[in-house]
Amino acid sequence: MELQGRMWILDDDDINTDVIYPGKYTYEMLSPEEMATHALEDHDPSFAKNVGKGDIIIAGRNFGCGSSREQAVTCLKHAGVAAVVAASFARLYYRNAINQALYVIECPKAAQYARGNRESLENETAVLDPEKGSLAIGDRTFTFTPMSGKALEIFEAGGLAAYTKQKLAG
Amino acid sequence: MGKTMIEKILARASGSDEVAVGEIVFAKPHRILSHDNSAAILKIFEKMGGKKVWDPERVFIALDHAVPPPDSGKANNHKSIREFVARQGIRHFYDCGVGICHQVLPEYGHVLPGVVVFGSDSHTTTHGALGAAGIPIGRTETASVWALGETWLRVPPTIKIVLEGKPRDDVVPKDIILFLIGQLTAEGATYKAVEFHGPAVREMGVGGRMTLCNMAAEMGAKAGMVPYDDVAERWLDDLTDEPYEAVHPDPDADYETTLTFDCSEITPQVARPHKVDNVVPVSEIGDVKIDVALLGTCTNGRLEDLEQAAAVLAGKQIAPGVRLLVYPASRKVLDQAYDTGIAKRLLDAGAQIAVPACGPCLGAYGGVLAPGETCISTANRNFKGRMGCKEETGIYLASPATVAASALAGRIVSP
Repeated sequence: MELQGRMWILDDDDINTDVIYPGKYTYEMLSPEEMATHALEDHDPSFAKNVGKGDIIIAGRNFGCGSSREQAVTCLKHAGVAAVVAASFARLYYRNAINQALYVIECPKAAQYARGNRESLENETAVLDPEKGSLAIGDRTFTFTPMSGKALEIFEAGGLAAYTKQKLAG
Repeated sequence: MGKTMIEKILARASGSDEVAVGEIVFAKPHRILSHDNSAAILKIFEKMGGKKVWDPERVFIALDHAVPPPDSGKANNHKSIREFVARQGIRHFYDCGVGICHQVLPEYGHVLPGVVVFGSDSHTTTHGALGAAGIPIGRTETASVWALGETWLRVPPTIKIVLEGKPRDDVVPKDIILFLIGQLTAEGATYKAVEFHGPAVREMGVGGRMTLCNMAAEMGAKAGMVPYDDVAERWLDDLTDEPYEAVHPDPDADYETTLTFDCSEITPQVARPHKVDNVVPVSEIGDVKIDVALLGTCTNGRLEDLEQAAAVLAGKQIAPGVRLLVYPASRKVLDQAYDTGIAKRLLDAGAQIAVPACGPCLGAYGGVLAPGETCISTANRNFKGRMGCKEETGIYLASPATVAASALAGRIVSP
């Protein structure tokens, strides 16, 4: 399955969960739609207004470091983000994304290329095939290892909540 | 090859004789920790079709992240958690004011050497101080563990950190872990476990070891651990009668990397905004004026931390215009601070002592910053906006003594 999405290229390493979803909202019981209005608020206050369905975030190293807060995944997913491609992810963010069925693609070469050509590539369309493990940006195509095993099983169930529901139902 | 601590602990928790790095295992926790986020977790649990938690004895909940609740929404979260706890027959529930989950869990004997503790909080790594594997997970995953009693993990490689030498008198575990994060970076241990070894670790009390393991999370670690020894044994003797079997890393364990540092060369350290690995010696910080000094939290809210700060503050007054906020890690700590006169010394210097809880560390209540303000804090994160306001604010992280000395001077100075 191919996904086509407009790229948001974030030119920082260590983008943490506090700037993705600020702590002041963490203990408010907000709906996913309300969470989406705060997506990346302390990194780029204009992001939530301008992000569209199917968009793809390209980021640097250690994306999602910091708190365990899952809303840092929920807010992006419900803002319409189809996938986050990064040079690397913090482990909790990576798990939380799989558990909520948001594509997280570790592909350092693609991240480096996009960030190096940010001016010409920002807002351009990337073509992602998560199952085949390919990502086309501009005239370049990058490969990555597709998800497999337990992670894929949870992802394909629609996330861990759905997966657990199936298990409980026996 | 021999086995590391995490390999042995995950083998035991998954009912295997032996596990290898990279293998996916299903681990059963001895305890699963959550806090105010239990209000959201219980909703996910019920949405999953969960009726009864798999084992109420293994579920631990402490209210700490918005305590006392600053608004009716957060009060209502607490109410829903109390009702859930009663419905489910969860005994290990610690209501507002008992303390911060990462202090209360070990303080009440819930952490045993050799076990897995899962926690819906990124600083669950703290519990490695007693030779356990404290592994942070997310909210949905916590709901799933409540339902199924286990979750999957990839067995991580381990970095062995050896701390040689005797630290200077003005250097405490917080300075050492800040120094290490500066060296290893914020992603230096991502997807990996960390073991802390060496004479400087053996000389540390359990509290100092908790500070090390707590901030292992800031290097991205899945778990930070100190091998069990007589210090941990004595600490546990007073707190639990439950039998346990510690694990020890094999002498020929297969570490991914071994890094050795000489602690005698480390000076007081400070992490500058907005990244925890942006670390320099306090002596090189320059002229940084502060508005708020935060002493406490799960990183440095124990009696020894308050005592170190009180020793600096004794008989003096904090600088005009500075607010010194004290958040003890638990009621037991606060009680001891009263009994020993430490609380009085803090109050006399001008401190505000709050209910044991997380406070403004996470930016939701209890002393958040105004635009343009600067804070020096004993907490573990200095991300932009972390303390509730991102407009021209800055957070510096340091030891209790450095925070106290800075509160007196009105700018960041060495203790």
